[in-house]
Amino acid sequence: MRIGVVTFPGSLDDVDAQRAVRIGGNEAVALWHGDEDLRGVDAIVLPGGFSYGDYLRCGAISRFSPVMTSVVEAAGKGMPVLGICNGFQVLCESHLLPGALIRNDHRKFICRDQRLRIENASTAWTSAYEAGQEITVVLKNGEGAYVADEATLDRLEGEGQVVARYVGNPNGSQRDIAGVTNAAGNVVGLMPHPEHAVEDLTGPGTDGLGFFTSLVERAFA
Amino acid sequence: MARVVVDVMPKPEILDPQGKAVAGALPRLGFTGISEVRQGKRFELEVAEVTDEVLAQVHEAAEKLLSNPVIENFTVRVEDQA
Repeated sequence: MRIGVVTFPGSLDDVDAQRAVRIGGNEAVALWHGDEDLRGVDAIVLPGGFSYGDYLRCGAISRFSPVMTSVVEAAGKGMPVLGICNGFQVLCESHLLPGALIRNDHRKFICRDQRLRIENASTAWTSAYEAGQEITVVLKNGEGAYVADEATLDRLEGEGQVVARYVGNPNGSQRDIAGVTNAAGNVVGLMPHPEHAVEDLTGPGTDGLGFFTSLVERAFA
Repeated sequence: MARVVVDVMPKPEILDPQGKAVAGALPRLGFTGISEVRQGKRFELEVAEVTDEVLAQVHEAAEKLLSNPVIENFTVRVEDQA
């Protein structure tokens, strides 16, 4: 499959995400924030970083970039979209996902290996995992605490929209939420970085690879 | 010209780590009478003239861009030109 990776001004992990897409058996297509053209991709990754310098709020300016107009439209038609870290923040600001990410409760930037439990293994991006499976990927953020009102949190849990939870809450995220999906299951946001855990040489293992192979498995299932 | 001010504050139920950090620093500097701090943002918008239409636009901008209604509240007021 052709998976587009968007580069915003201030994106950091776009090249790693492209690499993870290729290691996952897909073709990586570079997309540019200033261009509405999605170049015929089958799915989209919004990578981590500090788009637009995190000015105003993380993801708040990126949300109104030309490419996001197309991404929001495509997501509405069912295209798989994965937002990692800053990409998750952009998806929340775009209202493609509920809730918001605020500053970590302890006010420090965290960079470490993080254990997660996959709660929903039926989304477009997590079908390579088993529900309940624990994986270790990289966590690195300063504003990664997931918040939403109680009614929204109850709905997310009730509808199975919590995709992954922290095993050991690192940042004050409500109900240990590390990632969520929309009602349709095609849009997923995840605060930790699976794209940094796809090769033994440079990460804590290859547990993150499932996020980049799920689409292929689904396509040929 | 006139100035419209939009104040954006984290909702009361949302944790405000920045405000807490400031609150933690105050006693160290000898300011002991302040029990809580919440930190927000102030936007100063210059407009040619304050009309209902302009204020409606400011409200829309505050809701759409200046604040995130999931975590923040905002107020709009016209500043007196003293």
